[in-house]
Formats: sequence, structure tokens, C-alpha cells
Amino acid sequence: MNLILIGLAAFLVLGSVAALEMKNLLSAVIAVGVVGLGLSVLFLLLGAPDIAITQVVVEVIVVTVMIRATTRTTDEEKGPPRSLAAVVVGVGSALVIVGFGIAAFAELPRFGAERPTPSFWYLAEALRGTGAGNVVTSIVLDFRGYDTLGEATVILVSIAGALVIARHVARDGKVPRA
Amino acid sequence: MTFYCLIFALLAVGLYGLLAKRNMLKKILGLVILDNAVNLLLIAVGYRSGKGAPILLPGDDPAAFARSSVDPLPQALVLTSIVIGLGVTMILVAMALRLHQRYGTLDVDRMDRLKG
Amino acid sequence: MPRERDGLSAIVRVVTQWLFVPILVYGLGVGFFGHLTPGGGFAGGVVIACGFVLATIAFGGRTGPAPVFHRWAASLEAVGAMTYLGMAALGWSAGHFMQAWTPRGEDFTLASAPFLVVLNLAILLKVGAGLFAGFMVLVLFDRATGATAREGGDA
Repeated sequence: MNLILIGLAAFLVLGSVAALEMKNLLSAVIAVGVVGLGLSVLFLLLGAPDIAITQVVVEVIVVTVMIRATTRTTDEEKGPPRSLAAVVVGVGSALVIVGFGIAAFAELPRFGAERPTPSFWYLAEALRGTGAGNVVTSIVLDFRGYDTLGEATVILVSIAGALVIARHVARDGKVPRA
Repeated sequence: MTFYCLIFALLAVGLYGLLAKRNMLKKILGLVILDNAVNLLLIAVGYRSGKGAPILLPGDDPAAFARSSVDPLPQALVLTSIVIGLGVTMILVAMALRLHQRYGTLDVDRMDRLKG
Repeated sequence: MPRERDGLSAIVRVVTQWLFVPILVYGLGVGFFGHLTPGGGFAGGVVIACGFVLATIAFGGRTGPAPVFHRWAASLEAVGAMTYLGMAALGWSAGHFMQAWTPRGEDFTLASAPFLVVLNLAILLKVGAGLFAGFMVLVLFDRATGATAREGGDA
């Protein structure tokens, strides 16, 4: 079982690297879509079915939006690669974060091992306290309802922001020089 | 531990794409990969070997259920995080389209020279 | 000169006509029964938004089922958010702010937790309408700047 998980994760990493290095933007977007679908299978194997449903559909919408953006602007990534400084900064910061992360996770319990969490109380209390069989729903909507309210606010603000950016042009149809 | 290392590799790839690429759409793809890596890391922390999904079905024993499912708390966090990632991606694409319309290019280095 | 019909080819349009309502029903099912089966308001909402995105792309932004709804998309999102907040706040007087305060029915049926059902519906409305409104923002933006695709129709 662990072997399947590791194999899928390696597939994800390879797909992401391929997506970023491809010159044709359309192919890069489709590669990211494939990575997302593989991720959904990985979620299912890790015991998270609602996350898997959400991830598949969200990936489809992301790929749709990005393909629209690609066909309306450029299709190829032209020009020389960025200066050495930018690449060094990118790779350097990535390595620093990865180094710290691995050092930190080496201290934590092994992958898949038991560890003390507050979830035992949630699992025991879900049916009696809220009447729901799906413990994740009862956590999201009942035990931690405030977090969901915050998430609703974030989506509202992000869509309002997108509207403001586009409204500027759409009102008179002319391209403003600003 | 290998699994965690692979997830960190995915995170590094996403971060590299966000910082070191010059095309705006590639940067947005880097952010999408970064989002995926972070969500996967949260769910991986909540995984328990050999246990099942946190859904209580009719006929299950509630007392034994608490010891036989993976951790539901990271799943609750990731559920909202995925949808928020989609909203943020949409607004970033709107910004990228607006920038392309204004400057005629999606390349951040050429935009730097064209500003003003 | 007569312009080409908006949207994609005839096969895609026919298949979308058949698939559109089942997608919405599936989304509603996943959302409604979120307290019993995997899913919930978020999954149901994104499935419904995805169905509307499919309709918009297959038929172009001007015909088909999508343009009927896009005026109400922004308002529906706000209605969803207000419903969520209202249900949570209504329990205030009984001392159950943000906790399940409605009476409960038999376990493992639809009515076993009406509070959660209403909240799931509110989140479904909010997420579905909000994400569809965001997508329509991009479509209208392209239409206003006069950008045309290299192939395909208007959306």
C-alpha cells in the first residue's frame, strides 16, 4: 500500500516538473490537470473521499479557466530563460524550505503512525452531538463553524476582487489608458 | 518518511515555478502546484495506516469507530482550502488577462521595461 | 456576413443538453446528503458550478441555460452567505451560537440533522453561485475587450 502511495506521489512530482518546463502553454495546463486528477486518486487512497470529489471538480474548473486564458493570450513561452539570479533565488528558497521541512518532519511520528490528536473526541461525539454520520461535515459545519464562515468571506472577497478588476474595462467597452 | 520527502519535493517544484518563471501563466501554474502540495501534506499528516474513512454508517458500533478511522480534522481544513485555492486562481487569471491587455505581453521582465 | 454559431460543435451541444440537468441533480444530491455520505456543501457547490461552466462553454455565452442564471449568480451567493450566518445566529437566544440547535429526527435519514442540511444548502448556494459568477466575470471581460479566440465561439 505504501508503495502505491509513493509511486503516485513520484508521478505527481514528475508531472509537475514536466508541466513547468514545457514551452507550449496549452500542454503545460493539461499536464497540471493530469497532476490534479492523480492527486484526487491519492486523496481517495489516503481515506478522504469528500476531498477527492472536490479536488476532481476543482481541477476541471482550473484547467478550463487556464485554457481560456491561454487561447486568448499567448500560446508559447518565448524568450530566453530568466537571469541566473532569478533561477538561483528560486531554487535556493525552495531548497531552504525543503531542508527545514524535512528536518522538522523527522521529529514527528512516522507516516501513518498513531499520534495524540483532539479528533478522538470529535469522532466519538459526532453522531450523538450533531446527528451526522459524516464526521468531516459535522466538524466543518458544527464543531468548527466559524472557520467555514471565514472561508465564505474569503470566497466572497475574491470574487468581488475579480469583478472589480474586470469592471474597469467592461463598463464602457473601451480600453482605458491607465 | 519517503512520502513526506516527495511531498516536499512537490512543494519545492511549485515554489520554483512561482519565483523563477517569467511567463505569468506559468507562475499561476506554479501556485496551483503549491496549493496541491500543501493540501496533500495536510492530508498525509492525518493518515493512519490501515484505517478507513471517517464516515459512520448505520450498523457500525460508535465506540469502535473512533479507533478505526483516519484523522478527520485535517480533512475539514483541506476541504475549504481547495475551494479557496480555486477562487484565488480565478482572480489571478483575471489579473493576468488585465495585464496582458494593458501591456501586450505576459512576460514579467518585458512588463518591467514597459512600465510608465 | 453571418457569423458562425457560438459555442462548440453540434455533438458537444447535444451531449451537454442531456448532461446538464443530471449534473445539477448530482450536485444537489451530494450536497443535501452531506451529513450522511461523503461530500457536503462544498463538493455539491463546485459540482453545480462546473455544470454551469460546461453549459457556458458548450453553448457560447449568449445561448443555452447559462446566461439565464448569470444575473442572479452574484445575488444568490450573498443569499447563501446570509442564510449560513442567519442559521448560526438564530440559535443565539437558546445559547447555542454556531451549534446545532434544531430538533433532530431519526439517525441516518435525511431529517436526522436539519441544522446541518440547511447549512449544507447555504454553503452549496454560496460556493456554486460564487464560482460561476467568477467564471462569468472572465467571460464578460473577454467579450468587453473584443478579444476573439482563434477557434470556437464567444466563450
